[in-house]
Amino acid sequence: MFDSLSQKLTIVLFAMLIASSASAKTIHKERSIYRNVVITENNNERCMRFETRRRAISNQACIDLTNKQRLVFEYTQSIMAGLAFNQAPKRILIIGLGGGSLPKAFAEILPDTEVVSVEIDPAVAKLAKSYFDYQESDKIQTKIVDGRVFVKRALKNNQKFDWIILDAFNGDYIPEHLLTVEFLNETKSLLSQGGLLSANTFNGSKLYDYESVTYQRVFDQVRILKSPSKGNRIIFGCNCSAIDQQFKMDEALAKKLAPYGVNLYKALSRINAKVDWDESVEPLTDQFSPANLLNQ
Amino acid sequence: MKKVTILLLAFCAGFSIMCFEIIGGKLLAPYFGSSVYVWGSIITIFMLALSIGYLIGGKYSLYQPSVTKYGFIYIGAAIAIIPTIWFSEPIMDFVFSIVEDPRYGSLLASTIMFLVPTIIMGMIAPYSVRILTESTASSGHTAGFLYFVSTFGSAIGTIMTSFYFVLWFEMNQILWLTSGIMFSAGALALAISFSEQQSTDKAATSV
Repeated sequence: MFDSLSQKLTIVLFAMLIASSASAKTIHKERSIYRNVVITENNNERCMRFETRRRAISNQACIDLTNKQRLVFEYTQSIMAGLAFNQAPKRILIIGLGGGSLPKAFAEILPDTEVVSVEIDPAVAKLAKSYFDYQESDKIQTKIVDGRVFVKRALKNNQKFDWIILDAFNGDYIPEHLLTVEFLNETKSLLSQGGLLSANTFNGSKLYDYESVTYQRVFDQVRILKSPSKGNRIIFGCNCSAIDQQFKMDEALAKKLAPYGVNLYKALSRINAKVDWDESVEPLTDQFSPANLLNQ
Repeated sequence: MKKVTILLLAFCAGFSIMCFEIIGGKLLAPYFGSSVYVWGSIITIFMLALSIGYLIGGKYSLYQPSVTKYGFIYIGAAIAIIPTIWFSEPIMDFVFSIVEDPRYGSLLASTIMFLVPTIIMGMIAPYSVRILTESTASSGHTAGFLYFVSTFGSAIGTIMTSFYFVLWFEMNQILWLTSGIMFSAGALALAISFSEQQSTDKAATSV
């Protein structure tokens, strides 16, 4: 009896040892009004994550310390395929800054483009600057505000963007007011003629059907790019009539994107119009938005 | 019988207050976000409104309290919720255009949309105590039991709204439900008061 207990204890201790050696080292912890944000390092990869006691850890942002240009996340690479849609967007809006890897890449590739990043959590913006080489300039701006509030205000001020990137759906909690027909209509009105929307969305759970139908309702031609290995899915929609004609393979662009880990040819070949969701569900609206309840 | 009905009505009031509050938070999100300060605004206004309501309800109970008047408080609350259903969008549009800071925007919008109905709902608690209290000695017991029933109603209203109603209904439908519950509660109070009056009239004529 006692023997088996000590045996069990040994196994548990051993398992903990393995787990701790494999898990990343915390190098900084930042308190914010929303949650604690943690910076970790492991095998030359520095990541930002929200502190959680759950098993499943999802990194908000990562940077490869040996090659800082490379975009670590597959879905961020996929989003970059949007450049094949319009190679020279004048104004880009990013909702959800994370580590700022996208605006950083845009600053290098498109030095004349204005990039506005909207981030709700000031702690995230602060850490992006101090740990992920995110730099502001007169072209690269950060606004600390709720995404929906920013979009409404920008509409009132008659602003336009050529490309809007929605990347606010990484955490455990879904901001429900950023996943409704009304919100997507607002972002669509904020797009210039021929403008593009790219959204990083969920894959799996009951929410998949509802989310897909919601995007479909607003952008009737949606195009999908699924990451081959991870669960992410990018939805593309546009303020235009024929989305497919706009995505063009371009050798020069492919070359420019290669240092970021983007294989443009592969990414473009994965973009498709396949409907693999139940189209009979109701779209999410401001009146009906139980996204978090559906995501269980 | 009357006592049980009053307790049931107090339960309904507690239930409705929290339905209204949870939906209030969802209502503000498209304009002001769903951050901690938006919830802060809502809870501030609800607490403020309830405190004012307790004051007014207690004062009002000094003047010839009756179950009829009690019923009219419920009906008043039911009616006061309706403008929120009809005009929430233009109200929030207006507030959004004049206030830049979402903290004060959500505070102002909450004040316009939630203050008056919640004050009226707050009047119910002290008035219920007045109606049910039979003696000074038992007043604490009566008040305690009433608080138990109405706050229990609030707990049920919170969990039903946030776990289920938002999945089953649209937000405006939930607000209509809240208004409907308050209206039915008021109508029930009036019916009781009416039948009570008839029986006392009968007793008076038979003497």
